[in-house]
Amino acid sequence: MPILSESGFYIFSGAAILATLLVIVQRSAVHALLYLIAAFLAIGGLLFVLGAPFVAALEVIIYAGAIMVLFVFVTMMVSPGSEASAAEARWGLVRALIGPAVIGVAITAALVQVLTHAPAVQLAGDAVSPKEVAVALFGTYVLGVELASMLLLSGLVGAFHLGRRMLYRDREAS
Amino acid sequence: MAHVPLEHGLLAAAILFGIGLVGLLARRNLLFLLMSIEILLNAAGVAFVVAASRWGQPDGQVMFIFILVVAAAEVSVGLALVLQIHHALKTLDSDVVSRLRG
Repeated sequence: MPILSESGFYIFSGAAILATLLVIVQRSAVHALLYLIAAFLAIGGLLFVLGAPFVAALEVIIYAGAIMVLFVFVTMMVSPGSEASAAEARWGLVRALIGPAVIGVAITAALVQVLTHAPAVQLAGDAVSPKEVAVALFGTYVLGVELASMLLLSGLVGAFHLGRRMLYRDREAS
Repeated sequence: MAHVPLEHGLLAAAILFGIGLVGLLARRNLLFLLMSIEILLNAAGVAFVVAASRWGQPDGQVMFIFILVVAAAEVSVGLALVLQIHHALKTLDSDVVSRLRG
């Protein structure tokens, strides 16, 4: 059953691009986090419209839920005064953005140029059910699942070790 | 039946990737760097799902799940490092943290 709709695709992708753009120009990390949650929700809608309801649910639950909660906790634990960067304050955010923006626009323009020369193909937009994804995940890609479990375990151990105690206690910055 | 060209989906992913790249290069706050990396990984995942939508196959979604795993592992270690750096140096400025020798 095709669930792809033109209006949904363009609205969600436009919202995702706008929210992502607002993320990187914020001064406050908390404001950027709120826009990032909006961007992830928009990307979740985009994935749903593209016919991937399972991945859209994962995007909302894990990205907009779990990972953003981690970010919010860490932003709460670091003091607000430490957000300001000396370089950003000295240059101003707009001037600091000019050079990277040129590079980013150049790379994106190269991608766009390659994409516009590709032969025109329509998206099928058929919904791929979670059952098909699970069959592929635990059939063809079962080795990847094992590797992912090892990666998650190492991430768990690493985060536990780094967060267990303050490794460098009471050392001054200078 | 809706008609969305494949290029428009990939274009959206490319623009998201470009924005994340600009954020990664421009910002000096470690929290913003981690957020930009999340955006980059998300853009790559969107490209995979667009390809999956073009072929109607689940493989692209499987790749998105793997990207999700990588992002989760990366962000947990990264945020623990951010807490340590903030405790040790009382700042999140990546210019200050460029001094590696303890």
